[in-house]
Amino acid sequence: MLRDITLGQYYPADSVIHKLDPRVKLFATMLYIVSLFCFKGIAALLVISLFLFAVIRISKVPFKFMVKGLKAIMILMLITALFNLFLTPGEPVVSFWIFKITAEGAKNAVLMVIRLVYLILGTSIMTLTTTPNQLTDGLEKALMPLSKIGVPVHAIAMMMSIALRFIPILIEETDKIMKAQMARGADFESGNLVQKVKNMIPLLVPLFVSAFRRADDLAMAMEARCYNGGEGRTKMKPLHYENRDRAAYLIIVGYLVVVLLCRRFLPFPM
Amino acid sequence: MSIILDKVNHIYSPGTAYEIQALKDVNLKIEDGQFIGIIGHTGSGKSTLIQHLNGLMKATSGAIYFHGKDIYDEDFDLRELRNRVGLVFQYPEHQLFETTIFDDVCFGPKNQGLSKEEAGLRAFEALRNVGMPEELYYQSPFDLSGGQKRRVAIAGVLAMKPEVLILDEPTAGLDPAGRDEILDLVARMHRERGITVILVSHSMEDVAKYVQRIVVMNRGSVMYDGTPKEVFRHYKELEAVGLAAPQVTYLMNELKAYGLKVDTDATTIAEARASLLEALTGIDSQKNDFHR
Repeated sequence: MLRDITLGQYYPADSVIHKLDPRVKLFATMLYIVSLFCFKGIAALLVISLFLFAVIRISKVPFKFMVKGLKAIMILMLITALFNLFLTPGEPVVSFWIFKITAEGAKNAVLMVIRLVYLILGTSIMTLTTTPNQLTDGLEKALMPLSKIGVPVHAIAMMMSIALRFIPILIEETDKIMKAQMARGADFESGNLVQKVKNMIPLLVPLFVSAFRRADDLAMAMEARCYNGGEGRTKMKPLHYENRDRAAYLIIVGYLVVVLLCRRFLPFPM
Repeated sequence: MSIILDKVNHIYSPGTAYEIQALKDVNLKIEDGQFIGIIGHTGSGKSTLIQHLNGLMKATSGAIYFHGKDIYDEDFDLRELRNRVGLVFQYPEHQLFETTIFDDVCFGPKNQGLSKEEAGLRAFEALRNVGMPEELYYQSPFDLSGGQKRRVAIAGVLAMKPEVLILDEPTAGLDPAGRDEILDLVARMHRERGITVILVSHSMEDVAKYVQRIVVMNRGSVMYDGTPKEVFRHYKELEAVGLAAPQVTYLMNELKAYGLKVDTDATTIAEARASLLEALTGIDSQKNDFHR
């Protein structure tokens, strides 16, 4: 039931992508997104596709896990495609009643859908190969320079990792309370909207109570271990770059350069 | 004929890296009016098993029959099943939500479609059965002590008057007095109302003292199924899977090794006492009505 929802959806496997430093993966994802929105021409699209599918292969994550993320944005993709298809101004190719389809519209629609699909696939490589903890670790280290100008980077990273850590716990808790109330005859499915919201009370009250209890316990446990913020705090597994990380930086920058070169010299047929 | 499990399998997150087989070909027959104990190490599938008994979880394969009807049939009413098979979860006090204790206990009966008065009567009876003092009925359940909350939560299920009562470690985290109160209450319900009781427990002493039949779970399958005496005879095998027999069983086995003619099948202190007295003095205390 609820157990099957995976947020942060880490897929454990033994691959180079899994072992990369999270900062590299964050940076690579950013450059990849940039490349998606500035590419031009079929050559660049080929380069991007090749790169994307190569990385998917190397990551050893089954393709169907990547596709799972696409289902969630199906509606968004459809709306985007339709809007682009019908509302792009230009010379109409087909027209009926108040609708007209222009060549530019058709092109834009296809491009937008490709962009969205690639965006989800690319970013899900990061979330599938990096544990949420690694991700916040990487984020903390990458943003550390900002703490010089007074941004509480450590506190933000700590809050993020606690929040992420609590998602599965609260999902499990929800599942448990839901079952306990169903065992007492509660019904979470039928009824109209008002009825449904009312039926949620036996679930939400215990959930809030337990969330606050857990937060209290956690705060107490952190204090008992003398946690007092990021000042002077060391890590058990500090992040440091390996050769493969440096190579990955080179590859991703090289990739962006190639995409930009394609845009400059082979910008057709788009 | 009450509940029959036929080759029930349950697999969590099938087809992913987190796939776990929680139940493996479980065959069980739970007769009406039995008092059954389920024991097993942590993660042996006890909790998964009992959640199948009232249809909260669906078996990956296999069938479950309640009074001869397949509960996975299209037209089988699962809510009706849940009304008749009451399940008290681990730490049931975490499910309390109403503003007063009384209202919380009414929640189950009201969901059964009873009128306000009938539900109130049921709640009254259940709260009295679990021994809650009347002056607390209209207080917030969140102000109670842990043991009291637990009793209110159990009353919430009892008020539904189930034919089968399943309790998942009802005494976890309670002090000895609270533990005895809850177990005595359950035993009384079994005796007086003749309901079937299934008790999941980690305490071998509790199981030996109260139940008629023990089901031992190990890695998702049934390892032993029999009376406490039969099951605790295998105390060495039980130890190998992270369980144990009651302390008394060990004592009796050791005494026997020293040459005393005692009954190694004794699983409760009362039985051990009788057997010891007989061995030492030759008096059969049970026949002579020689209690305490």
